[in-house]
Amino acid sequence: MPWPSQTRYLGKETPRVEAPAKVSGRAKFTTDVTPPGLLFGVIVRARMPAARITAVDLSRVRSAPGIRAAVLAQEPPFDVLYYGQEIAAIAGTTRQAALDALRLVGIKAEPRDFVVNELEAVKPEAPRVAAKQPNLGEGATKENGDVDAAFAGAKAVVEASFHTPVQLHHPMEPHGHTVQWDGEELTAWSSTQAVFICRDVFSSALKLPQNKVRVICDHMGGGFGSKFAPGVEGLLCARLAREAGAPVKLVLTRFEQALAVGNRPSSYQKIKLGGDAEGNLTAFELHSFGTPGFSSGVDNAGGSGGAGFPSPYIYQPAAVRVKQGSVAVNAGQSCAMRAPGHPVASVGMEGILDELAVKLGLDPLDVRIKNDPSEIRRREYQLGAERFGWKQKYRKPGSSPGPVKTGVGCAGAAWMSGGEGTQAEIQANSDGTVEVRVGTQDLGTGARTVVQVVAAEMLGVDRERVAVSIGDTRFPPSGPSGGSATTASVSPAVYDACEKLVAELKQRSGFEDPRGENWLAACAKIGRAPLQVRGRWRPGLSTGGAGGVQFAEVEVDTETGFVKLRKMLVVQDCGTVVNKLTCESQINGGVIMGIGYALYEERIMDDRTGVVLNPNLETYKLPGAADMPDIEIVLLDMPERGVIGVGEPCTVPTAAAIANAVSNALGVRVGDLPITPDKVLVALGQVPGRDATSGIAGSDTGAAFARFAAAPAGAWVEFQPECHA
Amino acid sequence: MMAEPPTPLDMKSMPDGSKERPGAAKPVVSRRDFLKCLGTSAVATAALGATNLAQGLAEANAERVHGPGAVPVALTINGRKVTLSLEPRVTLLEALRLHAGLTGAKEACDRATCGACTVLVDSVPVYACSMLAIEAQGASIETIEGLAVDGKLTELQQAFVDRDGLQCGYCSPGMVMTLTALLRKNPHPTETEIRRAIAGNVCRCGSYPRIFTAALAASGQPVADKLELVHDHALA
Repeated sequence: MPWPSQTRYLGKETPRVEAPAKVSGRAKFTTDVTPPGLLFGVIVRARMPAARITAVDLSRVRSAPGIRAAVLAQEPPFDVLYYGQEIAAIAGTTRQAALDALRLVGIKAEPRDFVVNELEAVKPEAPRVAAKQPNLGEGATKENGDVDAAFAGAKAVVEASFHTPVQLHHPMEPHGHTVQWDGEELTAWSSTQAVFICRDVFSSALKLPQNKVRVICDHMGGGFGSKFAPGVEGLLCARLAREAGAPVKLVLTRFEQALAVGNRPSSYQKIKLGGDAEGNLTAFELHSFGTPGFSSGVDNAGGSGGAGFPSPYIYQPAAVRVKQGSVAVNAGQSCAMRAPGHPVASVGMEGILDELAVKLGLDPLDVRIKNDPSEIRRREYQLGAERFGWKQKYRKPGSSPGPVKTGVGCAGAAWMSGGEGTQAEIQANSDGTVEVRVGTQDLGTGARTVVQVVAAEMLGVDRERVAVSIGDTRFPPSGPSGGSATTASVSPAVYDACEKLVAELKQRSGFEDPRGENWLAACAKIGRAPLQVRGRWRPGLSTGGAGGVQFAEVEVDTETGFVKLRKMLVVQDCGTVVNKLTCESQINGGVIMGIGYALYEERIMDDRTGVVLNPNLETYKLPGAADMPDIEIVLLDMPERGVIGVGEPCTVPTAAAIANAVSNALGVRVGDLPITPDKVLVALGQVPGRDATSGIAGSDTGAAFARFAAAPAGAWVEFQPECHA
Repeated sequence: MMAEPPTPLDMKSMPDGSKERPGAAKPVVSRRDFLKCLGTSAVATAALGATNLAQGLAEANAERVHGPGAVPVALTINGRKVTLSLEPRVTLLEALRLHAGLTGAKEACDRATCGACTVLVDSVPVYACSMLAIEAQGASIETIEGLAVDGKLTELQQAFVDRDGLQCGYCSPGMVMTLTALLRKNPHPTETEIRRAIAGNVCRCGSYPRIFTAALAASGQPVADKLELVHDHALA
């Protein structure tokens, strides 16, 4: 790799460029943009989980005080498929005026039967979410080797069931846009992970030429996979602004965030694993289904239509049989969420692997090192085990004394990362200052700082001289910030731009090497017109395939069921580290989101009313300050590999490692996430409710799996890892 | 349509004999005062008989009704006095963001669960989304914009920058305000005290470990670096 080995900025700790503005309230997020004459938009949402809408009357709304525009989401008649589906939108001079007008909307609706629970939805008599197709979509299957013979010949076979919940993204800044029209030109300030996707969707949906749409995102408050396209709310906002002839801001409420802007699909997994006496994995079988929401495709692309996930994840048992499917329910549709599919896959696979190791009387860590095909992860396990004190801490499951039991667990992750396609414009001015423009965006990952670090390093200038502009479709194109691809896509483009700039400056100034100490003198010869060149992403500077492992240590109170996470140790491969500071922050963040997935987070639907029961942050539990364990991070620095993104791999194995640690503490598996105190007590047999056949509390999964097994199956499509998050 | 200017409560009529705060702008009405008046009035009017109750209540409260139209609301924000014309139902957060041009405090849940809107009211961190602007009259309101003097960040703000106590930064104004209040009361908090202080502030990006570090560093306390780079070229 051509990245320098002696560096001033690269791989060091560089504070975020925008941090001073963000900690002093000066940074303008999308929700802070307030053009003169701004109107406020709100969305009229369905209050029924399933209905036929035959008429929507907005006439009384339009004549209400302060109301400037009202538009329909679609022309009736149409079907409502979930509680909270968009019906119409209203813009008023104040948010309150628009909210007041909500009650004036006239809707004629014929309510229909609905189903919001996966285990109910698979029943033949369940109401159909889509009239023309069964709720249980066609499954996808694959089979390699003679699976039955492999199980018959295994030294030990274990079976277990797992459930992972629907997880919500809940970025702190809700989804939102401010749209302003100037004639037939549209400017949108969007809270987005992809300014160019937003531009293209605004353009196609509103039938505008792409060069008449400008999307700006200076600062945005998190997305985690849910903010690629403008969404229904963005398009409604644009239509309101056009009708009103004034700029409109439409920002969703926390309540709406829980209904309609995506989620991670759930899963029910029934897994059987066989191994030989040495712990080699010989046979694997998985049946899984989950819900991606109201629309269940047959694909298994996890998070973009289906509820599938890669299986048997990172391992390669000799014989494999997999069947996966998706179940439609009357609830909001899933979308990409940080490492789509992977945490779901990891919970089941890493869990069953621990069960097999226990049955064979082997250390689960040794079984991983024996079976993991990745040399990097095997090395990480060894390194991590030393740091963590695995050999000292690992005990036979349930064998720690006293009512508060301790346990340890570990798990591994793979993520493709990679990234390409970015262009960057760099400009040197005669006073030696530098401007870099890239049409990428910063979700909180530190993209702006990555651009500055690479430019300052490659030009040999103080980073303060480098001004960075991002988040605008007027800048050179860059891809969506998803798939952990931003740093790996942007850094090579800036590198390339710097190389070209240095070559030109060499000619222009006569300095053999215009960088570093010659920089100011060289730039002084630029003349009046600044020197501007464009760089492109090129291969050889960044790569993909990030491996990581995590270790968890928990204590579980067997009297209260409370799980206290003591420690997480991360060993993460990330190639050339661009900014150590923001790299660590992202890993902390991934681990913490994984902690939520393991212990706290779940969207809960009400069977009887069809609504989300916890559409707020007091009942949808996010990890908080009090829940933080000691998080220790070891970065496996391999500069030869080039730049690799880490935002997603670091969230994958966390929940699996924690769940394994809980099982190690208790001596009994809680396969049902999130692992809340009630489930611990049920698993310990201290309160009733355990479904003996499934390991999943209080649910009849056996019948559901039987129905799924009988469902038709189509061809397996190998998991497409390029979905974003 | 112009609304009548609000009539201040007659403090002398308060049953507990409390007096208005010296030097502070007169509070127009607070929920507590309103309830107290209602209680007194109800007792008084009960003697008049049930038929007169409604009328008595209406008379007793008539002078204290504000809105629904806009009324002048005098606020002291970052030491500066401003009078805004607000409907009485406007929250302090809306007043700051939409009427005073101060968008530092963020709206993320609008129901006192996330802390992104935290400002200091008489030095106490409050959720600005859940306090009416009209209730904040007479108090000293401090927002994130008021911390830096002449553009120079406070030690805490600088520690957030240096220690990366943020990712997307949407929770940062609230975190910084809450911790500012903590450090004023307790200049050398333990990590446990820091965790307790921000228990009402949510960060979805997961910046908590770095926020603890920033708060410890800002109070001059040693912090441990939990990050390690292991150079392993053999695998490349």
